[in-house]
Amino acid sequence: MAKTQEIVVVGCGRLGALLASHLSNQGHNVVIVDAREVAFDQLSAEFSGFTVVGDATEMAVLEQSRINRADCLLAVTDEDNINLMVAQVARTMFEVSTVIARVYDPTREAIYKEFGIDTISPTQLSADALLNILHQSSLVTS
Amino acid sequence: MRVIVIGQDKLAYFLGKHFVAKDYALTLIISRRDEALALSHKLSATVLCGDGSEPAVLEDAGAYRADVLLALTGQDENNLVACQIAQKRFGVPRTIALVNDPANQAVFRQLGVSVAFSATEILGQLIEQQTDYKDIKSLIPVADGDVHLAEITLQPDSPAVAQSLKDLNLQAAIITCIVREGKVMIPKGSSQLQAGDRLIVISQAGAYEAAYQVIMGDIS
Repeated sequence: MAKTQEIVVVGCGRLGALLASHLSNQGHNVVIVDAREVAFDQLSAEFSGFTVVGDATEMAVLEQSRINRADCLLAVTDEDNINLMVAQVARTMFEVSTVIARVYDPTREAIYKEFGIDTISPTQLSADALLNILHQSSLVTS
Repeated sequence: MRVIVIGQDKLAYFLGKHFVAKDYALTLIISRRDEALALSHKLSATVLCGDGSEPAVLEDAGAYRADVLLALTGQDENNLVACQIAQKRFGVPRTIALVNDPANQAVFRQLGVSVAFSATEILGQLIEQQTDYKDIKSLIPVADGDVHLAEITLQPDSPAVAQSLKDLNLQAAIITCIVREGKVMIPKGSSQLQAGDRLIVISQAGAYEAAYQVIMGDIS
């Protein structure tokens, strides 16, 4: 991502706060959305983007987060279904070009991958990483 | 017909009762355990306790063979995902979702849900229509609200009384039916209106006020 991007991050948990702080530091224009205002306390002091308090499954809240101008949306709340819904709304209704949803449940992730939603499953990634370490240390054979 | 209902509280119960009475094969998916247990005693239906947007739960509920799935929880995102997984993974032909945010109605349709309805919008419309004017009862919005269907009861002092239909200038509205003393009359240009007649009027959304004025006089 060379030039300045308009990025919307939905969910200000540990991952959302980390991503938003990082991307903001890199000079991108970041809007972060969370239903709880206290969640924004987790953002780094250098975060220079905007915060929007609200439920991202409500259209008005997404519109307020300037989604119509966004190049990229990251849906990383701790609810799989919220992430999947927001990602699809961003892609279908607002034509955001890069949309990624975090999905904990690997079966749900597999289904949505089939319909072309970019997803990341922390469960799957952790399992793969852990198994990989175990294989390398020859504790378990593949 | 095989029906799966994902829901909660009284809505799931009474709807379930209605479906059971119609002899549908009903499966309810309820997230709270105590509620699921209580419903399983009250209804002759299969009741599952679980998350209705979970593929494994839907499979257990017999989604592969279901004809219709209704997602009626209070969370739009759960209703959407349940409908999408039911339709795309299990091939459920008809999915119906409750939409809490009325703005999501269009979104759900675009994302493949067969029917998305908003209780907020339905109630809002009902109240607006019922309180519009006395003697004029809006029935249902047709063609996504572009067309109005109303029932108007003529009063002795309504300007249209004793007039022939051809003399009424209704512009973008039409009297499709006259109900006189409980009998349905097909209106002709020469039909004369009487006090007490009930008129079924179809009009374009923007044009109904002018037409009602011609029939009922000052309605404000």
